[in-house]
Formats: sequence, C-alpha cells, structure tokens
Amino acid sequence: MIDNNLIGSSVLSVLIFLPLIFAAVILLWPQKNTVRELAFGFSIIQLAVSLFMLKDFNSATAALQFVEKFSWIERFGISYFVGVDGISVMLVMLTTVLMPIMILGSWKSIDQKLKGFHVALFVLQSAMLGSFLALDAVLFYVFWELSLIPMYFIIGIWGGSRKIYATVKFFIFTMTGSVLMLLAIIFMMRLTPEVTGGAISASLLDFYKLKIPFIGNDFFTPQTLLFFAFAGAFAIKVPLFPLHTWLPDAHVEAPTPGSVVLAGVMLKMGTYCYLRWVIPLFPEASSHFAWLFISLGVIGIIYGALVAMIQPDVKKLVAYSSVSHMGYIILGLFVLNVYGVNGALYQMLNHGVSTGGLFLLIGMIYERTHSREISKYGGLASAMPIFTIVFLIVTMSSIAVPLTNGFIGEFLILLGAYNYSPLVAACAVIGVVLGAAYMLWMVKKVFFGPAGEIVTQSLHDPEHALHDLSLREFSVMAPILILILWMGLFPNTIMNYSKASVDYLLANRQNYSLSILQDSSKDTLEEAK
Amino acid sequence: MNHEILIAILLLSPLLGFIINGLRFKSKNYILAGTIGTSAIFVSFVTAILLFLELVGMPADQRTITVNYFNWINVGSFNINAGFVVDQISSIMLLIITGVGTLIHLFSIGYMHHDKGVTKYFSYLNFFVFNMLILVLGDSLLTMFVGWEGVGLCSYLLIGFWFSDAAKAAAGMKAFITNRIGDAAFLLGLFVLFMTFGTINFHELNALAPTVTDASWSGAVTLATILLFIGASGKSAQIPLYVWLPDAMAGPTPVSALIHAATMVTAGVYMIIRLNPIFIAAPNTMMVIAIIGAATAVMAATIGLVQNDIKKVLAYSTVSQLGYMFLAVGVGAFGAGMMHLMTHAFFKALMFLGAGSVIHGMHEEQDIRKMGGLRKYLPITHFTFVLGWLAIIGFPLFSGFFSKDEILWKAFSSPRGHIGLWIAGVIGAMLTAFYMTRLMALTFWGKSRIDKNVHPHESPWIMTVPLIILGILAAISGFVGVPHVVAEYLGHIPNFWEQWLEPVISSLPAAELNHAAHSVSDEWLLMGTSVFLALSSATVAFIIYTKKSAVADQLATTMKPAHDLLVNKYYVDEIYFGGIINPLINLSKNIWFYIDVNFIDKITHIVTDFTQDTGRFVKTLQNGNMQQYAMYISLGLVVVLSFVLMR
Repeated sequence: MIDNNLIGSSVLSVLIFLPLIFAAVILLWPQKNTVRELAFGFSIIQLAVSLFMLKDFNSATAALQFVEKFSWIERFGISYFVGVDGISVMLVMLTTVLMPIMILGSWKSIDQKLKGFHVALFVLQSAMLGSFLALDAVLFYVFWELSLIPMYFIIGIWGGSRKIYATVKFFIFTMTGSVLMLLAIIFMMRLTPEVTGGAISASLLDFYKLKIPFIGNDFFTPQTLLFFAFAGAFAIKVPLFPLHTWLPDAHVEAPTPGSVVLAGVMLKMGTYCYLRWVIPLFPEASSHFAWLFISLGVIGIIYGALVAMIQPDVKKLVAYSSVSHMGYIILGLFVLNVYGVNGALYQMLNHGVSTGGLFLLIGMIYERTHSREISKYGGLASAMPIFTIVFLIVTMSSIAVPLTNGFIGEFLILLGAYNYSPLVAACAVIGVVLGAAYMLWMVKKVFFGPAGEIVTQSLHDPEHALHDLSLREFSVMAPILILILWMGLFPNTIMNYSKASVDYLLANRQNYSLSILQDSSKDTLEEAK
Repeated sequence: MNHEILIAILLLSPLLGFIINGLRFKSKNYILAGTIGTSAIFVSFVTAILLFLELVGMPADQRTITVNYFNWINVGSFNINAGFVVDQISSIMLLIITGVGTLIHLFSIGYMHHDKGVTKYFSYLNFFVFNMLILVLGDSLLTMFVGWEGVGLCSYLLIGFWFSDAAKAAAGMKAFITNRIGDAAFLLGLFVLFMTFGTINFHELNALAPTVTDASWSGAVTLATILLFIGASGKSAQIPLYVWLPDAMAGPTPVSALIHAATMVTAGVYMIIRLNPIFIAAPNTMMVIAIIGAATAVMAATIGLVQNDIKKVLAYSTVSQLGYMFLAVGVGAFGAGMMHLMTHAFFKALMFLGAGSVIHGMHEEQDIRKMGGLRKYLPITHFTFVLGWLAIIGFPLFSGFFSKDEILWKAFSSPRGHIGLWIAGVIGAMLTAFYMTRLMALTFWGKSRIDKNVHPHESPWIMTVPLIILGILAAISGFVGVPHVVAEYLGHIPNFWEQWLEPVISSLPAAELNHAAHSVSDEWLLMGTSVFLALSSATVAFIIYTKKSAVADQLATTMKPAHDLLVNKYYVDEIYFGGIINPLINLSKNIWFYIDVNFIDKITHIVTDFTQDTGRFVKTLQNGNMQQYAMYISLGLVVVLSFVLMR
C-alpha cells in the first residue's frame, strides 16, 4: 500500500525523469549490439508507468492530479511544478504509446551511432512529457527548448542528404518562436505580484489569475501582444500556414523515427499549448482573434492538401498532408465550442497515430528500395500485398473514413466549425475531398498500375527483392491498426478522460483556474457521490 | 428469437465472411472462398426473412424493430448510438440486398473461378454487403453515413480489383473521389439538420418534419435537403456527379450487378425515401430532384444509344433508371420510387449477370459489334435476358411496366408533378426501349459477327441458376404493386406494396392534394400512350438492328454531329478535366512554387543571409590589426567629440 502511494504521488516525476535515467544507462551500456533491445525494454517500462498513472487518473474532474511542487529558484518564484489533467493526460499517453513503436520501427533504418540515437530519443521523450506536464512557465520553457536539441541531432546526424539545411531551418523557425515566448513569459511574471500579494511567480495557476487588460481593436495592448507572442510561438510549432515551410524539409530529411516523433508528438506540443496556455490565459484575445486563426487553419487545410497533390516525394506529400491535418486541429480549437475542441484534441491523437503510421510505412519501403520518388513506383501491390493492405487501412484513417479514428476527429471539428459559421464548415469540407484525392492518387501511383521501375528491378535482381512485411514490421504496425479501429469504434472510451477538462475550460474561459486534486481526496470525492 | 441477436447475426455474418476470407486472401481455392462468401450472405438472407416475417406479424402501425448496441459518439448534445432499425422500408432493402446478394455471390463462384485473387474478391464482396446493411439499417444519418462511405470504399476496391491495369485503378479512384464530393455535401446537410432540429435520428427527424414547411429557397430545410440530395447524386450517379458509374464497369461484372446496379447506387434514393417527411417539407428541393432525375433519365439514355460495350450500355441504362427513381421521389411518389428500386434491382442485376455470362462465354469479349446470334449458343442466358429486356422496356405485366408506369403517372398526376416531367419520362422510356432492343439484337439476334477463333458456350449451372431465379423475379415481381385501374381487370389483386409502405410514407399536404384530381380515363390514356410509344420504338430498333443494319450506319453518318456528341458522352469528362482538374493541378503547382518556395522561404533566406552577411562584415572589423584598431578608436573619438562640442 505504501509503495503504491509513493509511486502514485510522484508518478509524473517518474514519467519525466525515468527517460533521462534510461538515456544515462544506454550511454554507459557496455554492449553495442543489445542497445536496441534495451531501449525497447525501457520504452515498455515507461509505457507501463504511464498506464499505471492512467489507472489512477480520475476522469470525473477537471482538477489537476498527481501534482508535485517544489521551490526551484525562489527569488523569482520559479518552481518545479507538474500536474496532469484530462487534456494533458491524452498527450502523455500518446507520447508513451508511440515510443516503443518508434524504437521497434527504427530497428533497421538506424544502423550507426546506435547509442547516441537512443539517448537522443529518450531525452526527447523526457522533454516532451515535461512540456505537457509542466505547470510553471519557466519549467515549461526549459522543457520546450530542451526538446529542440535532441531533435536537432536526430535530423542532423541520422538524416538525409540535405540534413544540415533542414536542421538549421527547423532550428531558426522554432527559436524565433521561442524567443517571443520567453519575452512574454518574463513580462507575465512581472505582472504576478498583483495576484500573489507581492512575490513574483512563474506558476501557471498564478498566471491564470491575472486579468490582463484587453482593449478591443488596439493591437498594442498587453493582452493582444502577449497573445500573439504565445500564439505565434505555438503556431510555428504546429505549424500553421504560412509558418509551415520548415516542416516538409525537416520531414524529408529526418530518419523514420524522427519523422514519427516529429509528426506524432512534437507538432502536438504546439496545439496542446493553445489549450493549456493561450486560450485560458488570454480569453478575450482568443475570442477576438479567433477568426484569424480559423482562417489560417482553413487556408492550411486547403493549401496543404493542394500542395500535397503535386509532390513527387511520398514523404513530402505526407508532410504537406500534416499541414492540412494540423489546420483542422487549429480550426477545431478556435471555434471554441464543445464539438470543435473535443474534436481537435481527439484529432491530435489521431494524427499522431495515422501520420506516424504512414511515416513508419514509408520508412519500411525506403529501407528496401532507397527511393521515395512516387514516379518510380507502381504495381507495388502485387509484390507486397500485406504491406499494401496495411498501408490502405492507415490511408483510410488519414482520409477519415468512418469507423477509423480519423473520422471521429474530423467530423467533430467540422460540426464545431458549422456551429461557428456554416461558411467556415463549407470551406473546410473541401479538405475532405482533396484529402481523398491526394492520398488515393499517391496510392494509385505507388501500389496499382503496371509494375514500375522499382518493382521491375526487384523481379530481376534478387538483391533488391521486395519482401513483404516481416514479423517485426508487422508488430510495429499492429498496435497502430488496433488503435485506428478502436478509436474509430469506441471513441468514448478515450474521450471520457478529457471531457470534464474540456467542458470546464469552455465554461470558465473568462476566469479559468484549476484546482488541485489531492491524492486522498479521490476517495472522499467518491464517498461524496 | 431476440431481435438484438437476430440483427447482430444479420450484420456480423458478412463481416465474419470478410474476415475469414480476408485472412486467407492468398488462397486460390475458389470453391472454399465462394462457399464461405455465399453462405455468409445466405445466413443474412435467412435472418432478413425472419425479421420480415416478424414485421408482418405486427400491427401495421407498429412495424418497427429498433436495437441499440452501444453509444458511439457522445459530445455535447451530439449523441449517436450504434443503433439500427428494421421497418417497412429497410426490411425490403434487406431482402433485396441479401437475396440478390446471395445469387450474385453464387454466380461469382463460376465467374471468378479462374481468377487468382478469388478469395480476396469474396472477402471484399462480403465487406460490401456488411457496409450496405449498415447503410440501410442505421437509425440516424451518421450511422447511415458509416455504411455510405463504407460501400464507397468497397466500390473503390472492387472497381480497381484488377489494379495492375492502370485504367481500372484510375476508375476506382475516380469513383471514390467523385463520391467524396457528394459525401462532403452529405455531411454539411447533416450539420444543417442537426442545428435545425437538434437531432439526426431518422425517427425523431421524421416526427418533427410536419412542424416545418420551407417554401423558400434559402431556408434551413431546403438547404439541408439540397445538400443531402447532392450527396445522393454522388452515390446514385445523377447529374452532375454520374461520371464515375460508367467507368466503374472496370470491375468484375458480378460487382457491377451487385454494387453498381442493384444495391449501392440506390442508396441515394433510399436515403430520400427514409427521410420522406423532411423532403416533403421542402417543395423546392423536390422540384430540383424531379428535374435532375428526369434530365438524367433522358441524358443517360441518349448516350446508351451509341455504346458498343455491353456493360457500358447497361451502365448508362442504370444511370437512366436511377433518374426515374429520383423523378418518382421528386414528385412525392416515394412508394413508386421504392418499387422501381426493387424491380430495377431484379432486372438490372439479371441483365448484368447475363452480360457476365455472355462475356464469360465469349472469352472476355465485351464489344457487341463482335457478337450477334448468341441465342443459339447461350439459350438460358438469352431466355433470361429476354425477361429482363421485357421488364425494362415496360412490356405490359412485366415488373418494370408496373413500376415505371406508376412513376410516369405520378409525374403527371401528382400535385408536384408536371406534364413536362411526364414527357421527359416517356422520351426516356422510348430511348430505353430503343437501346435495349439494339443491345438484344446486336448480342443475341441477327447474324453472327463472332470471330472464328471464339467458340461461345453456355455458362455452368452455378451461373445460370441465379439468372433463372432473377428472371422469374424480373417477370413477376411487379404484381406486388398493381395499380388500382389495372387491378380491376386482374381479379382485384390488392396493392400489397402501397399497404405495406403506407404507415412510413407521408402523403403530400392535404391542401395540395385537393387540387389534383385525375380521372381513371386519364390514367389509361397516359399508360396506353407510353406503352405504345415504347413498344413502337423497340420495334423500330428491332428492325434496324436485325434486318437493316445499313440504316444504323446511314443514320450515324447523316447525323454525324449528334452522333459524335453522344459517342463522346457530351464531352463531360473532357470538360471536368479541362475545367476543374487540370486547372486545380496547375494552381497547386503555382501556389507551391510562388508561395512556399519563392515567398515564405525567400523571406527566411533573406533574414538568414542578412544575419550571415552582417556577421561576415563585423568579423572583418575584428582582424587583430593594431593600427586599424587605433584608427577606429580615433575615428570614434572624433565623432563623439564633435557631437559633444558642436552642441
């Protein structure tokens, strides 16, 4: 019992720091040839810890749970302050679920500097979990920035031919946003004495109490400026049109696991922060400038889809499809109604699962053929039937066919958009058609038709023979397929975790504050019922 | 038996067939695959009969079986269950889908036995039936939409079944994307209804419908029904979204029979009948539906006149017949539309399977110019095909006669009908009689034009038995709904069809009905006219194509512009490519080039170049040359001093 409580109360710290310990162990591990197995085992342990946390998670309340708070830099009111609620719990689970899949998926594609790669991966996981769980602005900023470094190395060391260009572009874009955000955080910390009675604080809960004045259309008012500093930083991460151009380059150059983690989790750091930071901190500005973000979201949906249609490289196509999908999420968030926000949160998970799945599949085929050029393919379905079926299922999820996860998210977002304005929904729905167009076009060119250059070559040259999915590769995809169908059939089992938090956020946007659920109070809460 | 279990068996049996055959998809054992696939659907057929009998046993106004399996989506006030309903409308559909479905699965065993993907084929076909059943049984627009997109997916997979042929894969893609345009509109229509009525459950919507009437063009109900109709026109191949259906003939022929004739393509009609009280509340939408339906019926029939591929003729015929169904529902004759849906399912499935038998017997030849005289070689196929032909041209007492003439009569007599619609319908009927007779003549009658190397043969029993059963149905199924005027001379057969559907089909508002009183003699007159014209047209075609084939060529040359227009299908595909698809691709290339590459990235590069250049310049200042440093210091001093002193 005691053990249980001990872990239960500090489970979030375990989640954040365990990966760092794993990274250290990997670094010191004497055997090079078992690093993969070790890392995979660690990621499973991490997944188990997160499931343990989920088991005790109380989904009936919007309050913060498993909260830990220790003073860190007392003079500036900065503390180590973490907690989880219904919104962040979804993204924590996304991170821990994708990690073992990613490691298993990179089994073959990463064959040099194995240790370094897995160290980077675990540091990245720690940083991402930290950004989802941090409730202190400075702590959050540290994790946010920390996540850039391993990603920088993953692309820069294990990446493709133009990796340096891609990493520098990635870094410059995101750093620009980060600087804006840092300024905004410092500015807000200077305001906190108003609400704490004299002391500076970096606590998000104190930030929530601030009533930053908002004056209509005047751009140079504190709330508007702060709103754009935060929203801008996150928009680069998402990425929102027109700040998206770093993404296709980063994806094309990144190794498979890099693309998976980038699309699967890192982009969601941006969208998640709208729910955690922007919308509750700047309620008036969020409503007032919602039209801008909705417009950019809708433009992104259509723009991303159109540009995806003409890409000659499969990975670039999927990268632009991400721009389109992330546009849906931004649209859902800023319509600020129950359908849109729930749909957007769900779509964050969906995009992680299905786009992650697509990148894994593209990686598998790249390992065989060393080509991603669509025009060189054709007729792959005859050579690799099982691979084709799996790819088709993930494609269906990506284009939101009912009974896959993608449909639930996209449908709710569109319903929310209609609720906001029928015109917006009518524009966004074009993406439904274009999405099917570019994905099926690609599927047709790669898998169907007569055998292309690559497939023909594989028939004559045993060295380039195209083997169908191996058992390992199938095990990588199996959880993704299960998630796609499960999340499409039984969305309630997942949405129930976040409903209370989303409802609370929407109902109390104007004076948002999060209470803290004590561990013991869980029992009393149940008794009170 | 418990309703929940019964409906679960109905739905899960095809799903199970899909999974079993799907897991062993590489097997070439066509007997095993076919047995699994066919029995899966047959089990569903038996449960469908049981459910139908349950309904028959209930009082007429309570014939509804509803089941709820679980709560699917629950967000805000949007609450959707995995709920299914069997009532008068869906039970008929169930019987058609599983009954015709079983026959077509059986036929497929013979037709596909040489194909190396036969197990995959049956797997897809079972999955199609599963989705079609979801579509039909869903108790809300969203559960229907699940099946709606699901059948689209199966259609995509089955059209592109022989995917190594790029054109066939492209046809599948075209079908999916064209359908997606309709689906997008369907979703918007769903949103409008949800925002207007607060529900998308069929039962609740239909109960609320009498409280609204939307005579305007911009009201919510009109908007919603127009959007839903766009969705229907995608799935049911109406103008302007019909273009995918003729291409869909790239799939195996039994697929064309099941999906692209008997079941999936009727989904749009079914959806409108399902929501008939809502559509009645929007008279403007109904007018649009009737006009589009009539226009499609005529337009597709004209293209059918000049097609030389046996399946293409039947495809355009399907588009045309679907147009009749929309004409029916557009004038408020939902029962007649539903009846034509059923009779068409029988006679068109029959003719597609017959075409399959011909193609099979002719060793994959589909060009009717290379046939002729097949009557001798394929007697059973020929005989059953004749039954289908008599049904579709509306030969008296055959099934199509009752359903089509009911539609034509309602197009004229309904308060929402119009003499123009009737005329269009009759022209369509004449064209139908012409191209179908032409098809019969070129394929089965007249002189043989068959290549010497081809030795046509009749198909095995596994293919002819379904033909015979469908032939019987095509001949006699019309007797379930004999109009009153005809029934008087046939020993007063009751109109079972009307009685069965009566509780679930709303009638038009009473105020409208009072205006429209038509006499029995009118009905006889119109019926006589249309039958006479259709039969004359058939006779002309018969003479031209069996006796005087030179006349056909002469006609083609004298009316060359018109003939070219029809052969090129009014250039609609070309217009879509030239006017929409190619410009869209060019647009995509341009926005990518000008916005991504040359604008956003340019700015990034300018900023980074500026930073680098500045750095490079500043670097030169710090070169370690002491004399230069001394010069900078003195220059700086001069500047500072001059500022201080000059002030």
